[in-house]
Amino acid sequence: MNEPPLLQVRDLVTTFPLRRGFTGAILRQPREAVHAVDGVSLSVAKGEMVALVGESGCGKTTTAQTIMRQVDATSGSVVFEGRDITALDAGEMRPLRRRMQMIYQDPYESLDPRFRVRDAVIEPLVVHGLAGSKKERETKLIDAMSRAGLTPPELYLDRYPHELSGGQRQRVAIAASLVLEPNLLVADEPVSMLDVSVRAGVLTLLDGLRSRGDMGILMITHDLSTAAHFADRIIVMYLGRIVEEGPARQVVRNPQHPYTRALLSVVPRRDPREQVTPQILVGETPNPVNIPSGCRFQPRCPVAEDRCRTIDPALADAGPDHRAACVLVGEGATR
Amino acid sequence: MTALLEVEDLHVWFELPHRGELHAVQGVSFSLDPGERMGLVGESGCGKTTSILALMGLLPPNASVQGRVRIDGVDIMAGGEESIRPHRWREVAMVFQGAMNALNPVQRVGTQIIEPMELHGFASGDAAVRRTGELLELVGIPAAAADRYPHEFSGGMRQRAAIAMALACEPKILLADEPTTALDVMVQAQILELLKSLSAELGLALVLVTHDLPVVAQVCQRAAVMYAGRIAEAGPIDVLFHEPRHPYTRLLFAATPDLYGDQQVVSIPGAPPRLDQEMVGCPFRDRCDVVMDVCATVDPALVDVGVDAGPSHLAACHRNDVVSSV
Repeated sequence: MNEPPLLQVRDLVTTFPLRRGFTGAILRQPREAVHAVDGVSLSVAKGEMVALVGESGCGKTTTAQTIMRQVDATSGSVVFEGRDITALDAGEMRPLRRRMQMIYQDPYESLDPRFRVRDAVIEPLVVHGLAGSKKERETKLIDAMSRAGLTPPELYLDRYPHELSGGQRQRVAIAASLVLEPNLLVADEPVSMLDVSVRAGVLTLLDGLRSRGDMGILMITHDLSTAAHFADRIIVMYLGRIVEEGPARQVVRNPQHPYTRALLSVVPRRDPREQVTPQILVGETPNPVNIPSGCRFQPRCPVAEDRCRTIDPALADAGPDHRAACVLVGEGATR
Repeated sequence: MTALLEVEDLHVWFELPHRGELHAVQGVSFSLDPGERMGLVGESGCGKTTSILALMGLLPPNASVQGRVRIDGVDIMAGGEESIRPHRWREVAMVFQGAMNALNPVQRVGTQIIEPMELHGFASGDAAVRRTGELLELVGIPAAAADRYPHEFSGGMRQRAAIAMALACEPKILLADEPTTALDVMVQAQILELLKSLSAELGLALVLVTHDLPVVAQVCQRAAVMYAGRIAEAGPIDVLFHEPRHPYTRLLFAATPDLYGDQQVVSIPGAPPRLDQEMVGCPFRDRCDVVMDVCATVDPALVDVGVDAGPSHLAACHRNDVVSSV
């Protein structure tokens, strides 16, 4: 492993300042901030699919937005293909954006309703000045469409988004990313708006893309079953931190963090005979403005001890390539 | 013994603005006993929401409805939509899709729960206030929270409040349309546990409309799988998963990833047929993996395929044999 990973994120922190209000400003109260992402390190290798999972407000989307430089990091670094992009300005980012593309949740919103499929897929080439000759453009268009599973392409080229189903729209959005030949795809809940019957198709498509080429995929999802099926590695986030990460199978079948265990226990199973006994956590994820002292999961943790109120546990080895941030990890008593 | 709710041959047509009609619900029948939980599942546009809105008499003016809906043997649709009115909310109530986001932001939650009670002459004054407190406690919210505004509630609490509101007039039947779709898994689990305990403790009959098969597998005893405005298969959820008779049911389960499942998840190719055109033959034939010649011409009837005298198992497929489960 001499080659650097495709994407390497180190100690990423992203905060959003809160307004103090008029009285707050007069009284010179300290400025408060939402710690949306609070020290996240992760990497995505070529040919790998990494799933970032967690409940709403855990910071998974902010992590993705910071990686894509849509939001500025407060500290930490994002290294893409060996180059630190954390502080690049818009002009310097521009040529790189071609190589790191994002796929959004809602294909009903992300496509321009007045653009035919042909124009929607070619547009990124024009924006990046890669349009080239008409012939080159056409070749790239057809190639991207085929790779996105829109075959035969001729059938779709002249249609408008409203003439397509949800699954087809998401494939068009994917084709519009693929046309730039990116090395990193960040997919934010790519199938949650789609019907069950077509989800598997879009996920299999993403799965095929990364296993064939030099592409790495970071998929953000709240659906652990999807992550378990399609990702190589799963990263579980809670309140801006990674609480557990490891090979997908390990995280799902041998979870080490009490939060991961609780989260897995509430996922409804497909087979009615396998009734779940949900381990329902009290309350909801706390506000990231007032982060609990010690372990941030401690107020909701079913196995919390006194020391958890003071110790903020770091990620510790829980197996090969498997880490969890809990004081009980490695003590063999996490259950 | 008559069932609590009997729906027989329900049809809904929507008049389209320029031409023709869309036949959204094409002869749906099912029945429900007190305390029973039934899932109504299928892809978007299959008619599941339209079916339950018809039971509430809440379809838009361009819709026309036909069929019989009996509650305790009384046909509530005999005199058209007007005759549903006295039954709505008092006997059959609904939690709408996205109800948690439809609470009035400038009205206290308690006031919004009292409103249906007063409107339907169920309770008023102190009695209504007292009942509001009880309802909130029933759904797991402290009674004192009645004085709060919706924005002070979390998403899960707002959904609980929406359920409390539907229960205000002590209905016997609760229709819940995608009640957990926008919620996180942890909150989803809480709401599903709540719905289960309400049906067990109050004898409330529940129709759970969702596209999420695992949710139905965990919550309901029975399910009806809808496709193109019709019921493709109906029966105990366990039988639907382990011995599906309709290829659509089998393929839907196969398209759903399971946490510990090792099988490949596969999508169902194609799209449902248009409902603004007359259908000939089986509506699923273009997407079916075991299609036969007869499927193109003859519309399969929904027939009892149950192996023994147990609870009814209905399927609308010409093959009519056990297709292997996933």
